[in-house]
Amino acid sequence: MNKQSNTYTIIYIVALVIIVGTALAFTALSLKPLQTANADADKMKQILASVHITPAKSDIITDFNKYITDRFVIDTDGKRVDGDAFAINVSAQSKLPQPERKLPIYECTLAPDDVKYILPVYGAGLWGPIWGYVAVNSDGSSIYGAYFAHQGETPGLGAEIEKPAFSDQFTGLNLFKDGVFKPVNVIKAGQAPMNGEDYVDAISGGTITSKGVASMLDNCLSGYKTFLESLTNKGQ
Amino acid sequence: MASNNKNLVTLLNPLSKDNPVIVQILGICSCLAVTAKLEPAFVMGISVIAVLAFSNVIISLLRNTIPTNIRIIVQLVVVAGLVVIVNQLLMAYQYDVSKQLSVFIGLIVTNCILMGRLEAFAMGNKPWPSFLDGIGNGLGYALILVIVAFVRELLGSGTIWGFQVIPDSWYEHGYANNGLMILPPMALVVVGCIIWIHRSYNKELQE
Repeated sequence: MNKQSNTYTIIYIVALVIIVGTALAFTALSLKPLQTANADADKMKQILASVHITPAKSDIITDFNKYITDRFVIDTDGKRVDGDAFAINVSAQSKLPQPERKLPIYECTLAPDDVKYILPVYGAGLWGPIWGYVAVNSDGSSIYGAYFAHQGETPGLGAEIEKPAFSDQFTGLNLFKDGVFKPVNVIKAGQAPMNGEDYVDAISGGTITSKGVASMLDNCLSGYKTFLESLTNKGQ
Repeated sequence: MASNNKNLVTLLNPLSKDNPVIVQILGICSCLAVTAKLEPAFVMGISVIAVLAFSNVIISLLRNTIPTNIRIIVQLVVVAGLVVIVNQLLMAYQYDVSKQLSVFIGLIVTNCILMGRLEAFAMGNKPWPSFLDGIGNGLGYALILVIVAFVRELLGSGTIWGFQVIPDSWYEHGYANNGLMILPPMALVVVGCIIWIHRSYNKELQE
């Protein structure tokens, strides 16, 4: 057979593509359940990390069900709407205009009288998406803990946002200052924002990622404003 | 015995005398991208070894059937398919590792070492030597990656594998991490230094 003929070449490449395509489809389909389970467990782990709970791999689901006592979805007016908080695509929601958004909330009960509200956030870093979870105390303003993650920020620079050294800075900061909603800013170390809002030090060398965190908090948390205010009012 | 010796040379030569990175100057791009920290560099090295070894074997098995004018396309399809499968397997069984590598695993497709080895070795050799060649070149690549990452992480972040090794007292006396080390250009400088040292020991490589 002439291996250099056009017919041979075309048949060869078609056969190869079909074989490779089948192999890929088979791998993707057969591994899908495992991957989804992993992704879900990872999401639970991230949610728990925002309230400083770091379960071992085998305990993630147990701990999640133990601490996350309720999860619900609200709109920007703070009213509950239908939907499963866990299934909501925060990425898609964060790109919608504010009033159309569906906002998931995880209610975390650490002790009988100690309830935290975990709010997911999603934004863009330098190379790809960044996201996180911010846990707010029941006063609706002070932050109990935060967790950030990224897809492909520069190791050693932007990627530092996932380290506790960065996210622990958020603990104790306030989303409201004198009754005005001012989400935490991220600015260059040694500087302070003009409008008196709470801030954390940015990562030197990771300017774009740091700014991404700031605008992510601003964009995503402002949707929860009414809900957080209602928590504050309830407490007083 | 002769064939055993030849196989050994195939396996070990890429570690030093015929190293893909510092002698053939291939795979430099990924060398810049993943070497700011030791851990991703290490896992990237392992992934390249796996993909290189298996794509070498597959291409070697197919070598007598591949039409010459589309051989590069065939090689690319095989490599890309393997990389996607490796990525899927990692996502299913090693989720944490796959999260850490994220985009880098896809970058393996663009690694010149793969195309270079497939074209130069696997197209003309039997599967077993090709497998050894893949392992050898992968190891040679991983070795340089780890050395570069070690230097960059130590001087750039003061840590090794994420653990702090520069004592706090040094920082108190004015020692500062070299931020430039974390930026990609310094990887080139470090690779350059390695080539310099390597060639001054191996005079026959000097031009």
